[in-house]
Amino acid sequence: MLRRYFPRISAAAQREERIFYLFILPWLIGLVVFSIGPVFGMLGLSFTDWRISLDDLQFVGFENYAKLFDDPIFWVSVGNTLYIVVGRVVFGVSFALLLAILLNQKVAGIAFFRAVYYLPTVTAGVAVALVWIWIFNPRLGILNYTLKQIGIQGPPWIFSKTWVKPSLILMSMFSVGPIMIILLAGLQGVPKELYESAEIDGAGHWDKFANVTLPMLSPVLFFVIIISVVSSFQNFTEIRVMTEGGPGESSNVLIWYLWENAFIFLQLGIAAAVAWIMFVILMLLTGAQFWVGRRWVYYEAEA
Amino acid sequence: MAARKRRDQVNWRKSIEGRRAIGIIVTFALLIPLGIAFILPFIVMVSTALKPLNQVFAFPPRLIPETVQWENFADGWYGYGYVNFTTCTWNSLKITVNNIIGNMVSCTLAAYAFARLKARGKNFFFAVVLATMLLPNEALVVPQYVLFNRFGWLDTHLPLMVPPWFGWPFFIFLLRQFFLTIPEELIDAAKIDGAGHARILLQIFIPLSKPALATLAIFAFIGNWNNFFGPLLYLRTPDVQTLPVCLVQYQGAYGNTEWHLMMAVATIAVIPVLLVFVFGQRYFVEGIATSGVKG
Repeated sequence: MLRRYFPRISAAAQREERIFYLFILPWLIGLVVFSIGPVFGMLGLSFTDWRISLDDLQFVGFENYAKLFDDPIFWVSVGNTLYIVVGRVVFGVSFALLLAILLNQKVAGIAFFRAVYYLPTVTAGVAVALVWIWIFNPRLGILNYTLKQIGIQGPPWIFSKTWVKPSLILMSMFSVGPIMIILLAGLQGVPKELYESAEIDGAGHWDKFANVTLPMLSPVLFFVIIISVVSSFQNFTEIRVMTEGGPGESSNVLIWYLWENAFIFLQLGIAAAVAWIMFVILMLLTGAQFWVGRRWVYYEAEA
Repeated sequence: MAARKRRDQVNWRKSIEGRRAIGIIVTFALLIPLGIAFILPFIVMVSTALKPLNQVFAFPPRLIPETVQWENFADGWYGYGYVNFTTCTWNSLKITVNNIIGNMVSCTLAAYAFARLKARGKNFFFAVVLATMLLPNEALVVPQYVLFNRFGWLDTHLPLMVPPWFGWPFFIFLLRQFFLTIPEELIDAAKIDGAGHARILLQIFIPLSKPALATLAIFAFIGNWNNFFGPLLYLRTPDVQTLPVCLVQYQGAYGNTEWHLMMAVATIAVIPVLLVFVFGQRYFVEGIATSGVKG
């Protein structure tokens, strides 16, 4: 049995193998100590009444999970997280696709625009989150002022329960840089002949987009959607700097709920359970996409 | 006559040059306003940083300040008692440089192994690299916090500075993709000359991979410079804080009132990232494109 996975190999090959494992050793240690270890440690700790000290842990079975499922705020934060995930996937990815299509046009100065569109992504952090508080200011902010100029009474953005989540989604649309670039590279990989033959068949812009671009781009689109789902779970900075989960609980997302439980309420057992649930939700979402992806993603090799 | 002119117009619109011209107009009609929107947050930041406080709250908001108050930068920097920007900037810089070097060393080794060495179990471990690329670190903070607490590392830079020496799946993947493009003949020639893997890596792969390593360094710089979650979690005392945490403490201290000073320090914090981005833009774009498509 073991022989099948580890067939006999020559001395030279054995030496190469030793070097291989030596070279990946740092990563391997890191994987065990900082990723895999913590994942299972977290699972174990989620079944304890852990608060501050690890010394007198009591095994409490599923009590933490039961408490979570009874906590209405937990469900609010699950709902908020999914709201933001869907918003970022739908609006963020379509917007990134629009930007990528624009950047794929052969016009002068395109490299400049590419840099400009990418800029907010690299600077996304505390400094820019602070600027956005100011931009979103309902009375004095530039956003509502601009809207007023074109005759629209702007909403109170992050200061209102209904608008806080759309505001965060809008803000995240400014940092779609990586997925924009990936989509752009995907667009540039579509063979020109396909467009040419579509044109011979009399296809217009829309036909070409729907029947050539989208199918050819679907594997890339699929990858990009997975990335944007994962990154939607990592929006801690904005929440911490701009809303702290508020107003009320309207921007309380799972990562914030986890943070509050772990480091403010010091209920680490519960926080471990939240982390584990987050982990499972992410795996389910990614798994679901692979399952759905089989139906809509077009791989050239199969054709 | 009118009908003919109309027909000519229609024909022009349908002609190749006509379509091209309309395409260019539509493209710029979208490119330019979007470009302005993308730069606007920076303009707001810099213009607020240059205004006297009474103009910050003036209505209608002005993008170009009436009077420019350069002192805001100095005042912001020394502005608040326990928030010391000089210390914070120094700490950010130290952690960032260490993490770039750590990532480069550990990821180059692993990437070379995955790209060029044969070993049983290689495919399995590479699948693990790919799987962990998507694992958000935020989900692991609770157990990591416990771990670093056990090590006695809380309130030191170690929880931030040690893990980068143990690889980062995304960078390993990126470098491996690049290493795969280096011609096999070069390696064979080196082997005939009696070079070991360490020498092949140092004398062939690293010199040839400067663009990929530059990409990695830029990513690592930006990621570490902007990192907020880690420092917020592991650091307590003012002496060890990093720049993003300093900014947030500043926000707390002034309760959202001294906007001009806050924007001044925010501007200072963003400048290094902007410089790195502007000078490294080309590598950056290529690196991301590689990660998404050629996989």
